[in-house]
Amino acid sequence: MRVGILVFPGSNCDQDLHHACAGAMGWEAAFVWHSQALPKSLDLVLVPGGFSHGDYLRCGALAALAPVMADVRRFAEGGGLVLGVCNGFQILCEAGLLPGVLRVNRGGRFRCMPARLRTETLASPFTNRCTRFLTLPIAHKEGNYFADPGTLERLEENDQVLFRYVDAEGSPTPAGNPNGALNNIAGICNAERNVAGLMPHPERAAEPLLGGADGLGLFRSVAAALGALR
Amino acid sequence: MSPRHSAEILKHHGVRPAEYAEIERGLGREPNLTELGIYSVMWSEHCSYKHSRRQLKTLPTKGERLLVGPGENAGVVDLGHGRCVVFKMESHNHPSAVEPFQGAATGVGGILRDIFTMGARPIAMLNNLRFGDPADPHMRRLIDGVVEGIASYGNCVGVPTVAGDAMFDAEHGGNILVNAMCVGIARTEDILLARASGAGNLVLYFGSATGRDGIHGATFASEELTEETLERRGAVQVGDPFMGKKILEATLELIRRKLVVGMQDMGAAGLTCSTCEMAARGGSGITVDLDKVPQRAEAMTAYEIMLSESQERMLAVVTPENAEAALEVCCRWDCGGAIIGEVADHGRVHVHHKGQLVADIPALHLTENAPLYDPAAEAPAPPPADPEPPALSDAELRDAAYRLLASPNVASKRWIYERYDHQVQTQTVLRPGDGDAAVLRVRGEGGAPDVFLSVMSGCNHRHVARDPRRGAQLAVMEVARNLACVGAEPLGLTNCLNFGSPENPRVFWTLREAIGGIGDACRALRIPVTGGNVSLYNESAGGAIPPTPMIGLVGEIADPAHITRPGFRAAGDAVLVLGEAPRHIGATEFDRVVLGAKGFRGTVEFDLARELALQHAVLDAIRSGHARSAHDVSEGGLLAALAECCLAGGLGAEIGGIAGDNAAVALFGELPGRVVLSCAMESVAAVETLAASRGVACERLGLVAEGPLRIGSLGDFTLESLRAAHETVPDGC
Repeated sequence: MRVGILVFPGSNCDQDLHHACAGAMGWEAAFVWHSQALPKSLDLVLVPGGFSHGDYLRCGALAALAPVMADVRRFAEGGGLVLGVCNGFQILCEAGLLPGVLRVNRGGRFRCMPARLRTETLASPFTNRCTRFLTLPIAHKEGNYFADPGTLERLEENDQVLFRYVDAEGSPTPAGNPNGALNNIAGICNAERNVAGLMPHPERAAEPLLGGADGLGLFRSVAAALGALR
Repeated sequence: MSPRHSAEILKHHGVRPAEYAEIERGLGREPNLTELGIYSVMWSEHCSYKHSRRQLKTLPTKGERLLVGPGENAGVVDLGHGRCVVFKMESHNHPSAVEPFQGAATGVGGILRDIFTMGARPIAMLNNLRFGDPADPHMRRLIDGVVEGIASYGNCVGVPTVAGDAMFDAEHGGNILVNAMCVGIARTEDILLARASGAGNLVLYFGSATGRDGIHGATFASEELTEETLERRGAVQVGDPFMGKKILEATLELIRRKLVVGMQDMGAAGLTCSTCEMAARGGSGITVDLDKVPQRAEAMTAYEIMLSESQERMLAVVTPENAEAALEVCCRWDCGGAIIGEVADHGRVHVHHKGQLVADIPALHLTENAPLYDPAAEAPAPPPADPEPPALSDAELRDAAYRLLASPNVASKRWIYERYDHQVQTQTVLRPGDGDAAVLRVRGEGGAPDVFLSVMSGCNHRHVARDPRRGAQLAVMEVARNLACVGAEPLGLTNCLNFGSPENPRVFWTLREAIGGIGDACRALRIPVTGGNVSLYNESAGGAIPPTPMIGLVGEIADPAHITRPGFRAAGDAVLVLGEAPRHIGATEFDRVVLGAKGFRGTVEFDLARELALQHAVLDAIRSGHARSAHDVSEGGLLAALAECCLAGGLGAEIGGIAGDNAAVALFGELPGRVVLSCAMESVAAVETLAASRGVACERLGLVAEGPLRIGSLGDFTLESLRAAHETVPDGC
């Protein structure tokens, strides 16, 4: 299992992803600098959280234009698995690899807290081993998912919503929605199901010592999906 | 006296006549304006500690594990296995009062630079905020701006903000306090000092270009806040956290690859302070050419370039052989990079601009001959006796309990810390709200084991105002007690001394006493003071702020199994309280909220030896595996502490009744400190024995139970009602 973790100036969850992949999962993980080419024969590309290019202009907008992103696009078009977390989700949306945008949170403030999520589909390489409910930390100011009504409808129809924010009872209510995201969307995949993004941080929930290991479900799902391909 | 500079110019620079005479003596002539500017910032209180240096020298600064003590960018304590912890606290009070967002953001940026300049990767930020009444819309603007500023910088740079505190007292309303602490981890071999050595070595500048922002920030920080100073917004700097992140990475790479021999960030007094201090510490001289300094404003004068406090700028000394590799690192991290001068053996600071030598100052004269004052000290009138505690009915006591829990000083600070990323770097074991102190797991590298550190900072200024010596002892010991409650023992202390004008004899007396108290407590704990910061002249039209010696501690947890939380764990466990029952109600949160702030009176009932015994007893109970939870009794007293133990554990408790002559004192008294412990029933005798062997009182309060918190005749407090009160957010915040 070979993983490439992109690093943009201002990325700050790249090391955390590395710890989850190399430490918890035992994968071979390498950093890929934003101006470099994507190494050959990767199984998974991870786009980390942080503040790429300081989030200047618009979150993810400048990183989406980085040289490495052209390779990522080709990798995705070839069916390669790409997962963006937090700022990585924003970058994938800005790059057009995922539909929609992440707007400023309802309330306008950064929020760092555990979020309760419901896995909406097991039919993706990123969720096939996820539990029905999971708690993952969020830490963002621009995580309010938005898409035009047509896009939103297609996402729902095609089963592209991977995770929704839910309340203590497990329902996607306004009370369970930490940022105002449409349809309580926390994570989605593309129509081909090989590119996904989510605002919560699975890599921050990869060991019980730090408060939980629910995030490992995503990594195990990827391992299972790739195992199934071989 | 000075034919060259008018009295007004000297006053503007905060240079006194005797100081001017010393400048003339050191130079052998009158200074030009650039030189005067350099002296004025180097000899400001902020850089020279001219009013506090003598007192600071009394602090204990030795320790077996101390690697670097006061005088450098930050203190360093050994962690074994070739690793060390680097930490320091600093203030950004005046800038935050003028422009809260940028003031607080640049405060965070500045303390981060102090840590990574030493070669350490910052792993945690803490902040301690003192505001006035949040009911005041102006104050709410300051609160929101400061919190947003801290969040914007820390979150972007990717350093978790893990602990700290916030207090809201009218006395801080005219002059808010923004103190920030940063903790970093380094390989001991990478620790780099701020020294310019080796004649012929080159001076490398990298980071942001120099602009006109923040000129005279250090002098500004050493003045009282008046209408006029509040208008001086040009003295407030603007932060760029993205550049902060890039210079962090570039600096650590430069140090790890051993491409630099000395490093200093440009914080207060910018290029002046970094060049002069590095030359003086290195016992060398330095020559810089201002034409080579990257500039973002047109036609800047030498005076402006030397005194600019533009943020995110670094100065390093490199050997000529390594210059190219060092510049390549700066370029890759997109943070400029220019050789602006060289180290020389002439012992002077030579500044060239447009082909002219515009400043020529003996480096040591700037540092060694900085003025040193021994201000007059006068003890204020002894405070009157404590207010008589009122006899309240059970209904009134219940009402007081809810009002206290909802008071912004006691209530959860979730509304603040939720805006800070406290988990990035995936090392945070106890987050804000999880424990009495933060706990971080530092990953072992290269076969070294993981290290568990605990960090906390705070100061209850109300007790310092009543009795600065014991109040300061208490400030140190309360943070140490926080560490003990999570299972940690302190390794070292940093501080930020926030006081009024030292030229006021009563303020100076208070400062002197408080420093004495910090020293007493450090000696009792056997820990060194590793460095800190002094913020004087915290005054406004309303007078001086209450003396606020903010204390930051870093501690170590020997075994991760000892990490202890405040929440009750299982129904049927015994609830114990260790320590002495309070005897008065003075200067408590109860006094402020219920009695209407009858105030800072009476003596501070606090004894260092007894407090130390209490902390040892708590650590014994934790390390022996008996304690299942531990929580410090602080603002709000025993009742607030019990409520917090219930809320954190999601369990209630049956408390028989609380002993004491006066119910309000027993429930809401805060001094001397105590700790609420819970343990399995079969452990009670063991905990009592180990407490007794330390001479520490141990009282059985009752049992952990499903359902509400039930306290004797006061009746039931449902967890829902306690939570609603404790999660109260001040209106509009």
